[in-house]
Amino acid sequence: MTKSDLLPGPLPNSLQLTKDGKLKHLLSIEGIPPLLLEEILDRAEQFVSLPDKAQNKAPLLRGKTVVNLFFENSTRTRTTFELAAKRLSADLINLDIRTSATTKGESLLDTIRNLEAMNVNMFVVRHQHSGTAHFIARYCAPHISVLNAGDGHHAHPTQALLDMLTIRQHKHAFPPLKVAIVGDILHSRVARSQIHALTTLCTGEVRVIAPRTLMPVGIEKMGVNVFHDLNEGLDDVDVVIMLRLQHERMQNALLPSAHEFYKRYGLTEESLRSAKPDAIVMHPGPANRGVEIDTKVADGPQSVILQQVTNGIAVRMAVMSMVMGAQSGYSQ
Amino acid sequence: MSKKTAIINAQIVDPDSGRNELGNLYINGKIIAHIGTTPPDGFTADQTIDATDQILLPGVIDLSTYLREPGQEFKATIESESYAAVSAGITQLYYMPEPETCIDNMPLANLVLKRGKAEKKARINAIGAITQGLKGEQLTNMGGLKYAGCAAVTNQRQAFANTNTLRMAMDYSATFDLPLFLHPIDHALMGKGCVHQGAISTRVGLPGIPSTAETTAVAQIITLAEELNVSVHLCRLSASGSVELVRTAKQKGLPVTADVAAHQLFLTDFDISCFDPLCHVQPPFRSQRDLDALRNGVADGTIDAICSDHQPHEIDAKLAPFQQTEPGISALETLLPLTMRLVEEGAMPLETAIASITSRAAKTIRDRQGKLQVGLQADFTLYDPNDLWRLSTEKMLSQGKNTPFAGWSFSGRSSRTFVKGECVFIRNDD
Repeated sequence: MTKSDLLPGPLPNSLQLTKDGKLKHLLSIEGIPPLLLEEILDRAEQFVSLPDKAQNKAPLLRGKTVVNLFFENSTRTRTTFELAAKRLSADLINLDIRTSATTKGESLLDTIRNLEAMNVNMFVVRHQHSGTAHFIARYCAPHISVLNAGDGHHAHPTQALLDMLTIRQHKHAFPPLKVAIVGDILHSRVARSQIHALTTLCTGEVRVIAPRTLMPVGIEKMGVNVFHDLNEGLDDVDVVIMLRLQHERMQNALLPSAHEFYKRYGLTEESLRSAKPDAIVMHPGPANRGVEIDTKVADGPQSVILQQVTNGIAVRMAVMSMVMGAQSGYSQ
Repeated sequence: MSKKTAIINAQIVDPDSGRNELGNLYINGKIIAHIGTTPPDGFTADQTIDATDQILLPGVIDLSTYLREPGQEFKATIESESYAAVSAGITQLYYMPEPETCIDNMPLANLVLKRGKAEKKARINAIGAITQGLKGEQLTNMGGLKYAGCAAVTNQRQAFANTNTLRMAMDYSATFDLPLFLHPIDHALMGKGCVHQGAISTRVGLPGIPSTAETTAVAQIITLAEELNVSVHLCRLSASGSVELVRTAKQKGLPVTADVAAHQLFLTDFDISCFDPLCHVQPPFRSQRDLDALRNGVADGTIDAICSDHQPHEIDAKLAPFQQTEPGISALETLLPLTMRLVEEGAMPLETAIASITSRAAKTIRDRQGKLQVGLQADFTLYDPNDLWRLSTEKMLSQGKNTPFAGWSFSGRSSRTFVKGECVFIRNDD
């Protein structure tokens, strides 16, 4: 590689697809064509019905090495990626890189180069800065696939996919649906990926509900309707997606108190009554009970939160097998 | 006896005098001896340069360049950048201090100016720091800095501790009649932002900088300047609201001037949308509306000058996720081409575009150059408007290759550059 090859430049939006339109990396939902999105969900559905016993491992990733590269804490996402890799018979390395803000780009690139030298096949990356997965995909060796497990406030595509799978299992088709996403939209990569997924799948209406300080500027350009009142926003919706509220938001003058937030935007049995009677309640977890969601709702009959977790493994198995299939020419 | 040079058959464009006509320029030693169609009495040229089909314009003055030396020679050196400058028609550079190379004392000012002189390429002038270490707290010895040769004072993009320190710094610098170069930034509103706050920052999830982080600071500085009755230069406008505030201030007759970086007149936040770290700049690229307002501001004189805001970087500085990259563009070699492109795109007449990088830029910092005038030192460049070329990083002379304009085609560029009557650059490649 010459020096000028290293110079950064505009990234093609199609970085995550191969020339013939197969999934090479999963960096963002944005730019994934609707049919491919459906294909991922179909593939995931097959894995859901697969009996999840250890001896029943699918051999699709036998001989492949997956590296979990987590620069930020995570329990759920990381565990489900780990389980997904293992159920596909891959070898797995967990690298827990607790980094401070002083981490330099060079060392990130160096980390990647070193792991490449160990002949790994896939990076699952979580990082506190938006665009990190894109960055790694741009510079890693061509035989490696990158899966974005959350970058800054930008994207968390596998979370959005498992949410779409969950919605599809309950509501079947997207066009007639009204979906509301409630809470800290400003800092949420989950919300952004969900919005891209929902609009790609032609959802009837996507709403975002938050106080003005937690609503990012220009969000309506992503194809959503903006609400500041919970009951108004939940009116007649089929799906309610709650987002986690980080405690540090109270320190940056974004919110006065957790109490006020709960009173105005927390999902309770009462506020849920504005939605359709058969509306499902979702949360990417881990939920702050009594901050954004009432325990009775989180554990109530309309909640599908645990099903989301189960689907998380299936979706990650689907994505992992597809990116590896795109590489080796494998297809099912 | 000093050397006599004649540049003949050039299209001489000198915005200061309003001259735009075919003619000859006669140089005696370092000095412009005559501008006209026939040589002055007794003038026999030792060297005659035929500049048919070329534009002869005053040497370009760049109000802001980060030269990185001493201390950051891995990014650039005075030698490398001084040569890159003259290759692009720039004859005069203003060294912008930064925390790493902070001209807040006389010895450093002397060193930088001496290093600049030694290169014998572009003239290097220094802008001094207005507070020690650019920390925004303790004022520098501005009297001494002026004595050492600093042309102006600034706090670069660093914050003042509080509004009172800003006010005192403005007042004290006026004691020595030092041009005051202030970057309008409200650091609390800027926060950790790295891109323009808008639909694009929302989509890509990068922390945004609202336009008000600039406009509130512009309003504050103008208000203080009016109260203290001092003149002030606002560096690197990026928001349409700022242009409007400066326009209003000028209409009121306040001594306010302003500049814009050339790249702000061509790129918007849309260009960063796939995390291109080459488009990571401060202030950030804003919207198309802002870009249009900035162009109009230059066209109607609200914005006095276009500068390069040249920030050369080593490659590693841009090899990281967007937020972790260092802001800035290696921009010396695109200042004149981009400015001429404004004319091609119909944004403004040729004279206005050239004035914004010569005479109008000179006035903001009280520089005597920036014009073609008998008796002045001969700083000028010959611009070939029919030299089609494509910018490639391999051919850039600056040590920093970090430009988002690589691959852009330009219809013209400088063919020769003269400083103090001496030809310091002749283009003879491709």
